[in-house]
Amino acid sequence: MNQTLLEVQNVKKYFPMPSRLFSRKKEFVKAVDGVSFTVNRGETLSIVGESGCGKSTTGRMIMKLLDITEGKVIFEGQDITDMTDDQIRPLRKEFQMVFQDPYASLNPRLTIKEILEEPLIVHNFNKDNRSQRVTELLETVGLSRYHADRYPHEFSGGQRQRIGIARALAVNPKLIIADEPVSALDVSIQSQVLNLMKDLQEEYGLTYVFIAHDLSVVEHISDRVGVMYLGRLVELASRDALFGKPLHPYTKALLSAVPIPDPTVKRERIILKGDIPSPANPPSGCTFHTRCPFAQETCKLKVPEFREIESNHYVACHFAEELEEN
Amino acid sequence: MEEKVLQVRNLQTHFTSDSGTVKAVDGVSFEVGKGETLGIVGESGSGKSVTSLSIMRLLKDTPGKIAGGEILYEGTDLTTLSEREMRKIRGNDIAMIFQEPMTSLNPVYKIGRQLEESIILHMKASKKAARERSVQMLKAVGISRPEKIVHEFPHQLSGGMRQRVMIAMAMACNPKVLIADEPTTALDVTIQAQILELMKSLTTTTDTAILLITHDLGVVAEMCDRVVVMYGGRAVEESDVVSIFTNPKHPYTQGLLESIPKIGERVDRLQSIPGNVPIPSHMPMGCKFAPRCPHAMDICWEKEPSFDKVTTNHSVRCWLHEEVPQDESDLVGSSER
Amino acid sequence: MVDLKVSNKEAYYQQTLENTPSKTPFAEFWRKFKKQKLAFVSFFFVVFLILMAFIGPFITPYDITEPDYENVLSGPSAKHWAGTDAYGRDIFSRVLAGTQISLYVGLTSVLLGAIGGTFLGIVAGYYGKRIDSLIMRMCDVLLAFPGILLAIGIIAILGPGLGNVIIAVAIFSVPMFARIVRSSTLAVKSTLYIEATKSIGTRPKRIIWKHIFPGTVSSIIVYFTMRIGSAILTAASLSFLGLGAQPPSPEWGAMLSGGRDYLNIAPHVTIFPGIAIFVTVLAFNLLGDGLRDALDPKIKE
Repeated sequence: MNQTLLEVQNVKKYFPMPSRLFSRKKEFVKAVDGVSFTVNRGETLSIVGESGCGKSTTGRMIMKLLDITEGKVIFEGQDITDMTDDQIRPLRKEFQMVFQDPYASLNPRLTIKEILEEPLIVHNFNKDNRSQRVTELLETVGLSRYHADRYPHEFSGGQRQRIGIARALAVNPKLIIADEPVSALDVSIQSQVLNLMKDLQEEYGLTYVFIAHDLSVVEHISDRVGVMYLGRLVELASRDALFGKPLHPYTKALLSAVPIPDPTVKRERIILKGDIPSPANPPSGCTFHTRCPFAQETCKLKVPEFREIESNHYVACHFAEELEEN
Repeated sequence: MEEKVLQVRNLQTHFTSDSGTVKAVDGVSFEVGKGETLGIVGESGSGKSVTSLSIMRLLKDTPGKIAGGEILYEGTDLTTLSEREMRKIRGNDIAMIFQEPMTSLNPVYKIGRQLEESIILHMKASKKAARERSVQMLKAVGISRPEKIVHEFPHQLSGGMRQRVMIAMAMACNPKVLIADEPTTALDVTIQAQILELMKSLTTTTDTAILLITHDLGVVAEMCDRVVVMYGGRAVEESDVVSIFTNPKHPYTQGLLESIPKIGERVDRLQSIPGNVPIPSHMPMGCKFAPRCPHAMDICWEKEPSFDKVTTNHSVRCWLHEEVPQDESDLVGSSER
Repeated sequence: MVDLKVSNKEAYYQQTLENTPSKTPFAEFWRKFKKQKLAFVSFFFVVFLILMAFIGPFITPYDITEPDYENVLSGPSAKHWAGTDAYGRDIFSRVLAGTQISLYVGLTSVLLGAIGGTFLGIVAGYYGKRIDSLIMRMCDVLLAFPGILLAIGIIAILGPGLGNVIIAVAIFSVPMFARIVRSSTLAVKSTLYIEATKSIGTRPKRIIWKHIFPGTVSSIIVYFTMRIGSAILTAASLSFLGLGAQPPSPEWGAMLSGGRDYLNIAPHVTIFPGIAIFVTVLAFNLLGDGLRDALDPKIKE
């Protein structure tokens, strides 16, 4: 069997800006501007980045919830980029999504049973076994069948996220795209859901694309990690390489910015200057040069290539090697 | 540190709805000294935000009411003040910054005007002096072109910039106490780092006391001198920041610290606190944490433990520490197994 | 607040589960609706009106068409509670019998308008783009006419009569429903749970029926109720102008029209049907207001 489950090749998503009156020129927000990576079977690839970096947009393009402006998404060897809704429908049971907001992602007018049955109905699951499957799913995610006839508003955030996970699992998918699945949850509940996701991965051999902004959560759950900044991947490496030896200055700053829950540890922190530029008007050359402490003239002019510096360690920085030496 | 600017004693804030009264804050006490940063940590429903709103007396538009206790600001009990006297305190002596700065900035006024307004009101400054002061404040919070920013509207600024403006506004009248309710939760990590750094440097230069309300233990470790941990409307543990993190006494604090993933520490499974955050309308009669506590004993279900000192600067609300036996660590150790 | 007296975990979770009985959306609605005193009273009045519409014609104390020339224009008395009209017919009986006509016209016309408008609104909102522009511009055109004028125009084409009044009122209800349903369709369509169900692979037809339509129902119900009041009013106006129900039909508007020549000597001939129209329209409007407060998620507690 092929190792690669999902391949994302140079995908781009440009959103048209509302055109100004009398202006012919169309302007675009480059939400995602050429992102490539592969996801292997059974692994967890995380995509981290700050708001507006395009991580969620990338997830939605893989799910085909958004049209892809350019590039290709290949799932199990099939190019799904230009498939119509009808063509892709049977494939959808192979990849499912878990959403960030467990309050908004469940229809408040349906009972839990109806919510969990929906994917079964859509993918023509045997009618007689549906109730049984719903019970099974609820128990898999740590709820009981007594919850089936209740409505979403009667559940806490953590329980709702469990329901969201159960819905994604309903049709036995191979790939789950989890868009910030724990960031809306309380701290003590986060770890429950993360543990659940790890258990499910082991039990069902799931592959995760985990989209998040919280680096400590990412370090805990991932095998490989990609860091995005303004619509581009700036670094992609195994978890150990990325957290142990980050090469891109942005990754370094991001890592040092995370507050450590231990008052006895004091450390040097790289504080980045300024704000994240708007993706509607990104800086020239390397988009990070406006905030980069090591920026040079070249960075303003030339877009850095996304290169493999060490085995399976990709970085988009002109001076990655030199920075490493110092 | 000897001088306590703000003292909260046995605060009770109740919310009334048609299904009954909910004790959102039930007997919380703490003190903040000059230049000190006190963290209030808790999850949703713990009552941490209601505590801050009670201090600012901003419960008017909610069904909530301060039902008991004292809030002493430099010896004056804020709960007894009239709305008019309170308005003088607010912004001038005690300032507040919120999680979402957009909700507390008026979208139709320019930044400069909003800043000047409170300066003119509280410091009785002239318009010109107020403008100078606001430009100076914006510079102090790290805004590079303050003369230009004063002419802009809130929606023209980024989230981090707005939070800076909020801090400038809060600090403009040299408040003695700054209440920060999740000030960085809505911000990105690199911007959060900037804002935390800014708050730290401001307090060291002005000696402002900070009441930092947050759910993020990383932020607490970084910023606070003392910490109050809240759960279900009660303070369950209070101590200096190092003791809270290295020697937590309450099972909830212990669980919370174990359940967060930490950078550089790889574990296969995270420890987690079982169960859910309690529903305020269905609190257990005894200890509020009993349903989720790994050490729950019979007494925990029957009677609520009191908030007692275990050492001179470490208080905890837990039956495990109620009658301090000779060897306290033994008791904790045995029940953990 | 319930302080739960329990002694272990299982008992606690059992208790919290039992203490929070499953709340269906309907139970939640009913709880809120009951708090609206005025609307609650209106609700019972509307139920009473519907009851009268069914049994009214059978319980009239007098025949409603038979003239009685001995009792022409006599005032309210024990014999004739609301007096008699120019033909000596009992006004109370006629108002009672007229309930059926007014409610029938109001309900059917608004129902037709609601069906058409809902369909157009969902199509416009869900599919967007050109279909949306086309439907909404058509609605704009219809809405640019004053309602009553549009109805008169339609009747001028179709000819007078109660059936045509229904069609006229239905037609000018369509654009209003289309607008309201379109805006709630857009609101539901942009929710995360629609995105979630799309990600599962749900077909558009199922999305519309299972998710979008139920999401618009509450605003349809509210507007439906309010619209009945104004439909009754329009139908009465058209009948007053002689374009709707024809004499001797006991339609309230036609009765007003028949009594206007005697306004000075026998005001009761117009007053009683007038009160009937007023109270009915008011009841539907108050009911609609109450429904909106109970159903509108934006003012949830």
